[in-house]
Amino acid sequence: MMTHATYVALSYGAAVVLIGGLVLMTLLDGRARKRDLAELEAQGIRRRSSAAQEPGQDQADT
Amino acid sequence: MSETTASRPGWFTSLANPTRFLGLAGRLTPWLAGLTAITLVIGLYMAFTAPEDYQQGSTVRIMFIHVPSAWLAMMCYSIMAVSAIGSLVWRHPLADVSVRAAAPIGAVFTALALVTGSLWGKPMWGTWWVWDARLTSFFVLFLMYLGLIALDRAMDDANRSARVSAVLVLIGFINIPIIKFSVDWWNTLHQPASVLRADGPTIHPTLLYPLLVMAIGFTLLFFTLHLMAMRNEIWRRRVNVMRQNAARRIGAKS
Repeated sequence: MMTHATYVALSYGAAVVLIGGLVLMTLLDGRARKRDLAELEAQGIRRRSSAAQEPGQDQADT
Repeated sequence: MSETTASRPGWFTSLANPTRFLGLAGRLTPWLAGLTAITLVIGLYMAFTAPEDYQQGSTVRIMFIHVPSAWLAMMCYSIMAVSAIGSLVWRHPLADVSVRAAAPIGAVFTALALVTGSLWGKPMWGTWWVWDARLTSFFVLFLMYLGLIALDRAMDDANRSARVSAVLVLIGFINIPIIKFSVDWWNTLHQPASVLRADGPTIHPTLLYPLLVMAIGFTLLFFTLHLMAMRNEIWRRRVNVMRQNAARRIGAKS
């Protein structure tokens, strides 16, 4: 039989694990994407190819 | 109309430019993160110095994370639904980014509400789970979040996936009022609303204030994470475009 305090501790533990995991995942994802962008830019690759743009090619800035 | 006569875009329209959005998000995120941390520390202090409930004892402290995460799980889905309209109707470039970035955050808040609800239910109701209308509809919300995340991972074409996701989000939005009113429409083990009700909250201020501060903290946490995740998603798309450009250049040379 668990005490009330155990249920409370488990709940706050779950919050720390789930929210902590989400924050960590978001931070690591951001760091990895920044690294990808830096690597590609270092290789001289740009987002919009200045060379012959195909007609009708998506120009969205995303 | 010539370009010179075109009027300057408004502030909101200018946000449609992801570069401008990235700049704004970069400036806002540290402030929001700091504010979130301060609010959650104050909320946790108030939660653990609040008196115990005369019936629930110390398990009332579970409410301070269960209720805000349940609210945020529903608010997150509502934000996704508004973004889905923005994506379908106005083709706002950031609307789909917002939908995709919000889904994992919503899934985590929903999972947290389910876990903490279960951990409260066992000592108070004598059971971890019942298939009553509130719990079941909330579980459906969790499945919908998982479905949207799976769909996002499964489709390569971002434009097609954006439309399918937006339609699915809007269809699923029907579940939000069902969750909210399930406790009134059906006979549920889950208690009816005690904060957001027409005749005012029925919780004593000593327990209500910590709950509200925690809810503000969770809301700030959501917006911080959503901004960060949207930034990550824009970067991810830029990396994809750059890789495609590089592959196209190699293809053109050979």
